[in-house]
Amino acid sequence: MAVLKLREVTKEYPGGVAALRGVSVEIAAGEQVAVVGPSGSGKTTMLTVLGTLELPSSGSVEVVGLDVLRASDPELAGLRAHKIGFVFQGFHLQESLTAIDNVANGMLYTGARTRERREAARAALERVGLGGRMTHRPGQLSGGERQRVAIARAIAKRPVIVLADEPTGNLDSKSGHEVIELLHELAADGATLVLITHDQGIAAGFPRRVVMSDGEIAGDERR
Amino acid sequence: MSAAALRSRIRRPRRRRADTDASRIPPHELLSVALQGLRTRRLRAFLSALGIAIGIGAMVAVVGVSASSQANLLALIDSLGTNLLTVAPGQTFLGANGVLPDTAVGSILHMPTVQRASAVYQISQASVLRSPYVPADETGGIGVDATDPGLLAAVSGKLAAGQFLDSSTENYPTVVLGAQAASTLQILSVSGHIQVFLGGTWFTVIGILAPVTLDSTLDSTVFIGLPVAERLFQTQPNPSEIYVRADQSQVTPTSKLLAATADPQQPDGVTVGVPVDALKARAAAKGQFTTLLLGLGAVALLVGAIGIANIMVISVLERRGEIGLRRALGATKRHITAQFLAESALLAALGGVAGLLLGALATLAYALGQNEPMIVPGYALVAAPAAGLAIGMISGLYPAAKAARLSPTEALRAT
Repeated sequence: MAVLKLREVTKEYPGGVAALRGVSVEIAAGEQVAVVGPSGSGKTTMLTVLGTLELPSSGSVEVVGLDVLRASDPELAGLRAHKIGFVFQGFHLQESLTAIDNVANGMLYTGARTRERREAARAALERVGLGGRMTHRPGQLSGGERQRVAIARAIAKRPVIVLADEPTGNLDSKSGHEVIELLHELAADGATLVLITHDQGIAAGFPRRVVMSDGEIAGDERR
Repeated sequence: MSAAALRSRIRRPRRRRADTDASRIPPHELLSVALQGLRTRRLRAFLSALGIAIGIGAMVAVVGVSASSQANLLALIDSLGTNLLTVAPGQTFLGANGVLPDTAVGSILHMPTVQRASAVYQISQASVLRSPYVPADETGGIGVDATDPGLLAAVSGKLAAGQFLDSSTENYPTVVLGAQAASTLQILSVSGHIQVFLGGTWFTVIGILAPVTLDSTLDSTVFIGLPVAERLFQTQPNPSEIYVRADQSQVTPTSKLLAATADPQQPDGVTVGVPVDALKARAAAKGQFTTLLLGLGAVALLVGAIGIANIMVISVLERRGEIGLRRALGATKRHITAQFLAESALLAALGGVAGLLLGALATLAYALGQNEPMIVPGYALVAAPAAGLAIGMISGLYPAAKAARLSPTEALRAT
């Protein structure tokens, strides 16, 4: 069953720049997909459209059965709160909060109680191997550790889909490698993983690779 | 969103999703998110709340100081007795000037609810001068009244020097000066046998009154005994004003009966007054000049509100990353609006509470300095924080709406 469906999706920005030009792709539940392509190829736009952070200019997008163009803002927000976990290149952790609070905040808009959120956060941090770093603030953690906190934040709510945008972009190759390993491991539990990268080496580790070029899909390779 | 997409959204009914999938945040969590937003920018929060605190503090101080001095005045008036009534000849039904009968004081004293009554009798043909060489028409605005020894007690008057008329001195050419009259005549003490030239006769000054709060017209008057006035100036014993002390619980019923008692034949020609009411009205009116100062406080408050709006706009721009993250984590536009509104409302409400404290402190300092009771009106306790809250909401509206309108991806690219 497809959890992500793009059909003839275009995305134009004011000024006539077309970031996506007729993209159609389906991603099934539990798939691990790398979206590769040079910068400017439209892969980040594709991720924001998949994550319902942006609406397409035309075409249709269906995420976990929800027709994104017909959904209201609260419906899309609810979808992101419960079903989608994001991992960003720049981590986006709150400097004033400890690791566990940052992770617990990932479930802030799910309506879960504080205690439930903290329990889930603790489990997620254990899961990413940061059980001993719960009360550290981002400033006290290495880059790789920070990205693992961000990953814990994305998976704490047990999302259907994890969307990662160049998660290794700010990391050295060793911790980058570890982060990718971790993502593979976590996705093996059943979550759908879509990862954006310009690194062919990382993409090669994925069972499916969607190659983007100039706002179009130039290749869809499966191993 | 394209026009086509918008149209399709309007035309087709939305599908309801299960409630468990909704984006939700409990109100107390939202409040703690807002508090956390303020805590991470303490100095900025403090400075922008200070603007509100100063504006509200100024207003509370104005209201407090005027309430305190007003309360002091009212307490003074009350201490002098609120049971004083005055009876005076007015105009008759036909418009002629009334005259109180010479039996008026006696009749009033027979009323069971009257404690005491004392009268003054205006002597219009006599003036008081320092010496016979002063022209008789240069009276300095000083009136001459005959009275009885009970006047002082009836009006709660106090002596600044000497003594008042008594049953002995009222028969002789002795005079007691009102406070204003004494200063006009430049007589500051009664020692050394001081005399004034009153209606062609030398009168000895035996006393000087302190200002009479309950009836300040007495201050510019001099008083001689009724017997000596009748003898020297043929004064008729028709009172020009009678001061009546009624039983405290019977003031209103007594006042209704006074006119008919004083002049049973022409009760219409009698004016009955309650001087305390007039004084209280004046004390209350004194508070009105504070409107201008309140206006100044309001201007300070407006400046504070603009300061908060300004800070919040800057804050929204700086926090695009945070806003984008929250949207990615599932916050609705409404949640973002609520968060920033709550921040600005909290900020201003804290400013309001601080302003209340500042204003109360200023009032306390004033009250201690003036030896007055310190009073901050009860409504200020609610109004100050509430005003802060309202100002915060209003000045937060635009920044909050701006935050909600930010595109989440733009926000994420910002950092």
